[in-house]
Amino acid sequence: MTTDVQDTGKAAPSVNPPDEEPPGASRSERLSTLAQQHGALVTLVVAMVAASLSFDTFLTGDNLENMAVSSAFLAVVALGMTFVIITGGIDLSVGSLFALGGVLAAWGSRYGTAVALLLPLAVCGLIGLVNGVLIARSRLAPFIVTLAAMLGARGLMLAVTDEGSQTYLVDKDTFFATLGQGRLLGIGVPVWITVALFVLGAVVLRRTRFGQYVYAVGGNEDAAALMGAPVARTKIAVYTLSGLCAGLAGALNAAWLVSGVTILGSGMELEAISAVVIGGTLLTGGSGFISGSLVGVLLLKVIQNVINQIGSLDSAYQQVVSGAFLAVVVIAQTWLGRRRRVL
Amino acid sequence: MLSVSGLTKTFPGVRALSGVDFTARAGEVHALIGENGAGKSTLIKVLTGVHRPDEGEVTYDGSPVRFATPLQAQHAGISTIYQEVNLVPLMSVARNLFLGREPRGPLGLIDFRRMHREADAALRELGVRVDVRRPLRELGVGVQQMVALARAVSVDARVVIMDEPTSSLEPREVRTLFRVIRMLRERGIAVIYVSHRLDELYEICDAVTVLRDGRVVHTGRMAELERLRLVALMLGREIGEVQGEGLTKFSGGHDAEAEPVLRAEELTVRHELHGVSLSVRPGEVVGLGGLLGSGRSETAKAIAGALPTDSGRVLVAGVPVRPGSTPAAIRAGISLLPEDRKAEGIVPGLSVRENIALAALPGLSRFGLVDEGRIDRIVDTFMKRLRIKAAGPHQKVGELSGGNQQKVLLARWLAMQPKVLLLDEPTRGIDVGAKAEVQKLIDELADDGLGVLLISSDTEELIEGSDRVVVLKDGVVVEELTGDAVTEDRLMRAIATAPAGTGDPDD
Repeated sequence: MTTDVQDTGKAAPSVNPPDEEPPGASRSERLSTLAQQHGALVTLVVAMVAASLSFDTFLTGDNLENMAVSSAFLAVVALGMTFVIITGGIDLSVGSLFALGGVLAAWGSRYGTAVALLLPLAVCGLIGLVNGVLIARSRLAPFIVTLAAMLGARGLMLAVTDEGSQTYLVDKDTFFATLGQGRLLGIGVPVWITVALFVLGAVVLRRTRFGQYVYAVGGNEDAAALMGAPVARTKIAVYTLSGLCAGLAGALNAAWLVSGVTILGSGMELEAISAVVIGGTLLTGGSGFISGSLVGVLLLKVIQNVINQIGSLDSAYQQVVSGAFLAVVVIAQTWLGRRRRVL
Repeated sequence: MLSVSGLTKTFPGVRALSGVDFTARAGEVHALIGENGAGKSTLIKVLTGVHRPDEGEVTYDGSPVRFATPLQAQHAGISTIYQEVNLVPLMSVARNLFLGREPRGPLGLIDFRRMHREADAALRELGVRVDVRRPLRELGVGVQQMVALARAVSVDARVVIMDEPTSSLEPREVRTLFRVIRMLRERGIAVIYVSHRLDELYEICDAVTVLRDGRVVHTGRMAELERLRLVALMLGREIGEVQGEGLTKFSGGHDAEAEPVLRAEELTVRHELHGVSLSVRPGEVVGLGGLLGSGRSETAKAIAGALPTDSGRVLVAGVPVRPGSTPAAIRAGISLLPEDRKAEGIVPGLSVRENIALAALPGLSRFGLVDEGRIDRIVDTFMKRLRIKAAGPHQKVGELSGGNQQKVLLARWLAMQPKVLLLDEPTRGIDVGAKAEVQKLIDELADDGLGVLLISSDTEELIEGSDRVVVLKDGVVVEELTGDAVTEDRLMRAIATAPAGTGDPDD
């Protein structure tokens, strides 16, 4: 009978299963993982070298400082977005929350630094929390929930500013203003804050139980639930975190500009998502890392800067190049992912 | 260790469990078996806190418990290994193993060095050696299953529930699994083992509980239960209850000498089928017998090109069919009526006419335009011939009874003028009257010269409806019943046979 045929030769004494793949396959696997993780970093270095060779004005202290500070705010937003995207979600509300946070901070700065920081954090964190609860408990699609929050938060911001006509200013002499304007060891305070937040974020994501849950929820939600991971709480936490980051970024930005500018932040959610994806985080969730998002932000800013330097090119082309770049990254990711699945 | 008494669970319209008593003892491997819909999975879900019972009590370690979530059950020491590996493929082996209980150093940060060391040790104990830092998805299914097992064991489980753990394992891996199960048993852990593979059950299990239609029909020592009796219990038939009708069925007209219209040769699908061969002659109804999971539906799907085969070929009227392609199979004249007609066949929102014409449309149009007149004629013919009871060709199929929906599906495939009809559970879920009519129809179709392959969990239907029965077991053809041998008794005996040869029970 066929059973016999099946078993001949396989009846060897039970041994430990050896590694399944030949070393070659595994090396190419590692290579594609490496490409996904560090492709953006390599590109960033190449872009910076090319830019500094082409333009004398690129590698100057002023220019770098300017780029670093203007990257800082987007980076903080992207930090929260990274957590959300790793869980397999998306947060479209961060642009509006950024603007709302800035306005609230500027308005609150007259009551002191504490209010200027805590008010935007409280409001934006609360909106993030509501997003998270709706997504995790009511099982609504993240896209729709955060789209609603995006519209709602923008409306709220307009209400606070009398339809945008009222611009609140920050007194330059307050401690709050130094958070945006101040310098430490020759580098702007927002940059220091951002670096600190990224270190903290990386530790939380890689080295804490919560971080493991974030990966597990994005990697396979059902399995995570069966393994006893608190799926709903993890989701609520990441959207709250994203709201807090956006609010904080807005507040710091207001401190830097010494006013709550109402027209900022629109489209920022897409910029943040682009940066996160360029940094190697999979939009489908389950895989990604914090430092990549920082690289993604810097890369976007360098591209913008270079195009500004060219001068003759319309600045509108910034977006064309950024868009094309994003497309290339996503295609590369899909390709690498498919390659890996084949192996 | 873990027991339930008087357990009843009702879902809308179905009583999944009624008055079930079940006890898993420490240091014992308890087989839980039953056919589809017997209530096994519901029972497991009650035990693991996924469902809450309507009535009855769950007792764990001597005191009554009520688990509200799977997490609570896990914390109490009840671990479950599912048929599908339920881990996170993108995360490393160690991370999967320790998710939610990672060893932590000062500051509450995860101590990865310790985690990797402990993960490695836990897997070594199970005889698995892998780099625990590698992502889980890079490993074979068998190793993944071992990781799931290591996870289940390392949470200090006192009860381990395994739901068909061997369905995707290689024989070698099955042996490792059994070694681990024996180890668990020695440690005094209660193991609940769900499987359809009889040989495995007899090899590893101490006790057995058989469920049927939500009730316990037998419980006792595994070794004291004869194979034949076990099969009879699962199927709900009595041994020796020879069916008189079974013999009357042969209408005699089927020419046993004719050239087979369908021949399947050595069909092999990894983990599912091992060298399945069968043939169907024109005008013949060949039944596919066997328990759930024996490879009946897989055989039908492999023949119809819906399941890619690793080797083997299918011939229609002597001509090989391109493997793994449904369109090729349909063109060759093979039509498959799938098991789940709601999910895989009927479009309830469309009319009877549209449902029938759906598959045949390409053949009914000229220059891309549909020939309405021809469709009307075809639909009319089949509605009459199959006696479809509908207000008219334009009634929505969703409004028809189950039996009539099945007939509409049948008409759709017949409109393709097939040579072979593969019917997977054609009468499941339809009422008795309609059932008889569908059965009669199948007979008529065979009389018209169609080759029919019939799959049915209803042994009576299978025996009465078929001229020959090919019996499958664990993806292998174990026997072919012909002529007078087509009886329920013989069918059950064939299913219950011990594996061929002597020693090796693994396949």
